[in-house]
Amino acid sequence: MVEPLLKVAGLQAWYGESHILHGVDFEIGRGELVTLLGRNGAGKTTTLRAIMGIVGKRRGSVTFEGRETVGHPSNQIARLGIAYCPEERGIFSSLSVEENLLLPPVVKPGGLSLEDIYRLFPNLEERRRSQGTKLSGGEQQMLAIGRILRTGASLLLLDEPTEGLAPVIVQRIGEIIRQLKERGFTILLVEQNFHFAATVADRHYVVEDGRVIDMVTAADVKQSLGKLQAYLGV
Amino acid sequence: MSGFHCYDIFAIPMQAWFGQLLLGLINGAFYAMLSLGLAVIFGMLNVINFAHGAQYMMGAFAAWLLLGILDVPFWASLVLAPIIVGLFGVVLERLLLKRIYHLDHLYGFLLTFGLALVIEGLFQWKWGSSGAPYPSPIAGGWNLGFMYLPKYRGFVVVAALAICLATWFAIERTRLGAYLRAATENPTLVRAFGINVPRLITITYGVGVGLAALAGVLAAPIQQVSALMGTNLVLVVFAVVVIGGMGSIMGSIVTGFSLGLVEGLTKVCYPPGSNTVIFVVMALVLLVKPAGLFGQTK
Repeated sequence: MVEPLLKVAGLQAWYGESHILHGVDFEIGRGELVTLLGRNGAGKTTTLRAIMGIVGKRRGSVTFEGRETVGHPSNQIARLGIAYCPEERGIFSSLSVEENLLLPPVVKPGGLSLEDIYRLFPNLEERRRSQGTKLSGGEQQMLAIGRILRTGASLLLLDEPTEGLAPVIVQRIGEIIRQLKERGFTILLVEQNFHFAATVADRHYVVEDGRVIDMVTAADVKQSLGKLQAYLGV
Repeated sequence: MSGFHCYDIFAIPMQAWFGQLLLGLINGAFYAMLSLGLAVIFGMLNVINFAHGAQYMMGAFAAWLLLGILDVPFWASLVLAPIIVGLFGVVLERLLLKRIYHLDHLYGFLLTFGLALVIEGLFQWKWGSSGAPYPSPIAGGWNLGFMYLPKYRGFVVVAALAICLATWFAIERTRLGAYLRAATENPTLVRAFGINVPRLITITYGVGVGLAALAGVLAAPIQQVSALMGTNLVLVVFAVVVIGGMGSIMGSIVTGFSLGLVEGLTKVCYPPGSNTVIFVVMALVLLVKPAGLFGQTK
């Protein structure tokens, strides 16, 4: 790995008084697909939110393309080329599907066009005039992913995109994530579903108690299975 | 039944009906414009802007001062006064309001209520409380048969409708409006998409205050320009907002105009009730639909 696209070092984060991240360290190279694995409450979601700058307070270092982001507000961080797809999906009920898709402003050239996104998610085109929250869970997830592909962001932070979805939809999301990687997106994925994560990722970081405690590459997953299962409690 | 004319309803002449309906429509135009500004501000800032009446008064005063000191005509004031008062709103938001967004609604209410008292007190101290007249920019009127309608009042109704529909369009049908609607729902996420939400909030407050000032300029030739002209009005407007549903744009437009009409009709049927009818409607609506006619329960 030459120069990492994203480098997180000693990242600490708080929500109000509670100290959630106690020094997270990891990095992602350009074009990589990396997951954060860990039990509920380990700090995976908070890590994504801390990278995005939407936690109460954060300390440490998060550099994107060599630029420090700690100390900057989230709207400036997004404009560097980082896009966030939250666990709760964050579809706006007062906006139509198409308005939801067009909401995040284009921050850099090179994003997908609206047509590209509709080709990737044909359901969304059919329902473009519907209220965003009237979609099914799977469609809402596709909308949440689709709308951050337009912006030209090169790093996508995806928080549990498969949560609560039927197996066939999970499979479809897996295909889409692989396609996005082929298109050159760098992806940081938070997953509870280890089997899903194992099928798409280049590397896995294991998060526990607000720290990264281990790293396993895709090639080593098979022989590290026992260790991983112990970490995840499965 | 012998005295019943075919033009009369409840033995009240048609002239009275139409006359009061038109007056009601004009009042309704102001209710609609003011409650619209309140709805826009509340949706985005979560602040109940009690200073709205004072800002309406400032709009009227700005037009009156521009005319008296700089000889600026009404039509120029219609643009300038809302900008001046809107900028004043921007300063208020940056200096004071932004510090209380994380607190309960009550603090915003108290802060803006206090501001209204201070602003109105200052204007009263400087210019007294007796009103000053503002010459009507459109002379003449139409004889409609049942009543004489000054042309300016007709213009106010049309202008108010246009302002309301333009605001509705801007919020419901444009990109900027989509940002506003989204930021009303989830400001953190909208900001994480790269939109400068604090600036959006400041602009929204400025525009909301500008709308109040615009209504004030339109009111200047109809009413006397006085420090307390917004005080009573804002109470009625708050009742309108409660009836329509806090934060609903179309709700405040429709409710504003209709309650103006309801008030006008009451003036014909039962004059003593005309001052209270809106509050009676408010109480009834609250009993049946606490979120207001167009409001959504969260």
